[in-house]
Amino acid sequence: MITRSVSELSQALASREISSVELTQLYLERIARHNPQINAFITVAPEKSLAQAKAADALRAAGQATPLTGIPLAQKDIFCTKGWLTTCGSRMLGNFVSPYDAKVIEQFNAAGAVILGKTNMDEFAMGSSNETSYYGAVKNPWDLSRVPGGSSGGSAAAVAALLAPAATGTDTGGSIRQPAALCNLTGLKPTYGVVSRYGMIAFASSLDQAGPMAHSAQDCALLLNTMAGFDERDSTSLDRPPEDYSRELSTNAGGKPLAGLRIGLPREFFGEAERSGCSPEVMQLVDAAIAQYRELGAELVDISLPNMKLSVPAYYVIAPAEASSNLSRFDGVRYGYRAPDYDDLNDMYAKSRAQGFGAEVKRRILIGAYVLSHGYYDAYYLQAQRIRRLIANDFVAAFKVCDVILGPTSPSTAFKLGERAADPVQMYLSDIYTIAVNLAGLPGMSIPCGFASGLPAGLQLIGDYFSEAKLLNVAHRYQQASTWHQQRPQAVD
Amino acid sequence: MKQWEVVIGIETHAQLLTQSKIFSGSSTAFGAQPNTQANAVDIALPGVLPVLNRQAVECAIRFGLAVDGQVAPKSVFARKNYFYPDLPKGYQISQFELPVVVGGKVTIQLGEGDNLTEKTIQLTRAHLEEDAGKSLHEDFNGKTGIDLNRAGTPLLEIVTEPDMRSSAEAVAYAKALHALVRWIGICDGNMQEGSFRCDANVSVRPVGQKEFGTRREIKNLNSFRFMQQAIDYEVQWQIAHIEDGGRVEQATVLFDPDSGETRAMRSKEDAHDYRYFPDPDLLPLVIDRDWVERTRAAMPELPVAKRDRFVADYQLSAYDAAALTASLDVADYYEAAIAVCGKAASKSCANWVTVDLAARLNREDREIGDSPVSAAQLGGLLARIADHTISNNIAKKVFESLWNGEGASADEIIEKQGLKQITDSGAIESLIDAVLAANPAMVAEFKAGKEKAFNALVGQVMKATKGKANPQQVNELLRSKLG
Repeated sequence: MITRSVSELSQALASREISSVELTQLYLERIARHNPQINAFITVAPEKSLAQAKAADALRAAGQATPLTGIPLAQKDIFCTKGWLTTCGSRMLGNFVSPYDAKVIEQFNAAGAVILGKTNMDEFAMGSSNETSYYGAVKNPWDLSRVPGGSSGGSAAAVAALLAPAATGTDTGGSIRQPAALCNLTGLKPTYGVVSRYGMIAFASSLDQAGPMAHSAQDCALLLNTMAGFDERDSTSLDRPPEDYSRELSTNAGGKPLAGLRIGLPREFFGEAERSGCSPEVMQLVDAAIAQYRELGAELVDISLPNMKLSVPAYYVIAPAEASSNLSRFDGVRYGYRAPDYDDLNDMYAKSRAQGFGAEVKRRILIGAYVLSHGYYDAYYLQAQRIRRLIANDFVAAFKVCDVILGPTSPSTAFKLGERAADPVQMYLSDIYTIAVNLAGLPGMSIPCGFASGLPAGLQLIGDYFSEAKLLNVAHRYQQASTWHQQRPQAVD
Repeated sequence: MKQWEVVIGIETHAQLLTQSKIFSGSSTAFGAQPNTQANAVDIALPGVLPVLNRQAVECAIRFGLAVDGQVAPKSVFARKNYFYPDLPKGYQISQFELPVVVGGKVTIQLGEGDNLTEKTIQLTRAHLEEDAGKSLHEDFNGKTGIDLNRAGTPLLEIVTEPDMRSSAEAVAYAKALHALVRWIGICDGNMQEGSFRCDANVSVRPVGQKEFGTRREIKNLNSFRFMQQAIDYEVQWQIAHIEDGGRVEQATVLFDPDSGETRAMRSKEDAHDYRYFPDPDLLPLVIDRDWVERTRAAMPELPVAKRDRFVADYQLSAYDAAALTASLDVADYYEAAIAVCGKAASKSCANWVTVDLAARLNREDREIGDSPVSAAQLGGLLARIADHTISNNIAKKVFESLWNGEGASADEIIEKQGLKQITDSGAIESLIDAVLAANPAMVAEFKAGKEKAFNALVGQVMKATKGKANPQQVNELLRSKLG
């Protein structure tokens, strides 16, 4: 049962092969057994999950089920969840039980899905290894001495270890795609504005976007159907007619299902010199995936994203700038952590924030405050915004000659715990392939494309604005012709 | 001794009359129990987001049109970052580089009567922003309490050029602006509740010098009287300080109404670096022509236009017209009264509204909006003066009766109390005969050349008619009888 996809579980529930209570119990037992080792969940509350499962079974009995009714899902601890501890991976919110639901949670609740628990994450989503969590590092189920990626590392590890059939993540610079790549999952970051940010604790508001993490493109489509939608409480949410993201998956196009699809290969990833930015093993797997796409009928197009190399520096100005301001509300005054002893107001602020935030969060607040400060704003923040526009323009030009852009998700497979913790710049370069997509606000996916020394590698697919359905189909066709995404880790049985 | 010129610029925070807050759905009503009007957005829970209130934007557009400023087709909300317990997000959402209104002007009047002069004060800008909450010091067993009811209340910050040259001009500007924001219905102007508060930037320079002196900003002036006192004190202080060989340092100062003095709160060195940047949670505010035009169509006639029309249509003096257009309520009242009594009585109507009614309202501390004598009632009364049914003196009695609710109209009261003027000359003549017969001494005095005695005799006749005779008619008849 636990190896089934979300759509298969949905069928099993529909045919009464299993009840939601039984299914939820099954996953809760696995969590109880494996979470102490993997540390994928910060909070599990079986009585809450089972109550939801029971209600879902009742809905189904009443004939009011949706495809996700009764499906247990893991929720990243960045989503405010009513009655649940919502920590965002930080000591700062170690006592914060949310009094309200994020839009994403509301939508899953309305669909009758069950919350299995809240997953571990890099503190305030700042990290690429899940080592910055106040609640401890998460282990990669493919090799427990390695990181699962981040910041949605808990969600990735939970799904990879079969502690949940699917999970939510958020992606500011690669936080869905990179852990998906490192844990052999399919993850989708939608176009900015497709999923409401209401109730999703902000890291960098102009870049944050929530999306699904699962074993297949099909499952991601199913989850996205529930997550997407206009929300008047988020001014950056886009008011578009609802769409069925699964709609292209069922069409049968015969032997060459992707005939006519133009896949862009950026020189900045695949040029002779540029290839060295990625580990040769991963590059080899990406090359093999490209060959597979040709088999499926796709045509390859050389493209260029000339400003790609500026994306990491621009990102590390814009994201910390927004974060430094977004995190100001964590001041110990109204909720969250307050230092036990302090002399006066400023001392209370200083101590509460010094003790409540971890080192990486403090580093980014400092960088952000610096780049926004008087006399530096033009040189850093404004300049970074100009670069951001150039990068977006590069993509607009590229999508005139291709439909999808392809490349590696991460330059390497999962690295060792602690290996990069002391070197922030090395850590920041983990997201070199994913960051530009956030700066441009485009949809991006990572899908499994093979193994290097036993560790999974991810293939990144980048689409034009609002092309999620097409992107999911491009991923789905590859998954119909490959089995990488069906591989499961041995370390967790 | 050197002659000094005073230079003043004013920043005003006008609280906008919206039902709900600028970025959340909470009510903005004043005086509720602490924190009962603060929702998840106002207390800045993790994950919440701001959504702009269109009503607040509408207010800004109205203001832009009223001051003949430019309503920006695109403006941007920015975050002003600083820590304070009553600022829940750790930043205030305001507008910085691109405000919603650019430029504009407010005309002020100085002096009275024949010495009335006008001056135009240029506005730099007006921008939308949210208010902070309140820190309630020493209210909770020595601890500071935080009330976030006010957090997120919409404000329009209105900034002038340094165009004012005296405290009188500054107060005239503040009063004109105060009347204007109420006139166009965007602010209730309640200064005690903080709905309209001014900061004054004050500097002095030797007459003839081109460069401005260093300014000090007097914060939170919440009455016109305090504004005048604070600026006067500040100007004297700056002049004395410079003449004593000192230099004015840029600073923020507070006015203490008890001592009548200003004192420095913080100097430029402690100025915050607010790290302004565009708020990524809000899209740029785009106001298209249509929105502006729709708002323009719904605008009331503005004070200056109305004043000019009153002068032209009703032959009023500039002074009367200004008094009648001090607020929209007064102007509306006046025109509603004229609609009943007719334009011929426009001058007497102006007198009644600005003198008699104003004094009576003032005595009971009432606004014209809840005057016991309605405009229609006053118009009815003025019509009876105009057609000589009653005299001006009797009219005052009728007015008092209307005020006390003794009748529904002037006509009813005149009828009920028998106040109709006696115009039958036969009736008056027989009364005169009786008075002359009863006062032979006065008649003799008059005949001996004492004009005073004539007036006394008129008084006697008026008394005999209980004031209801037409005094002019009495005069004429008496003179012919004595003649």
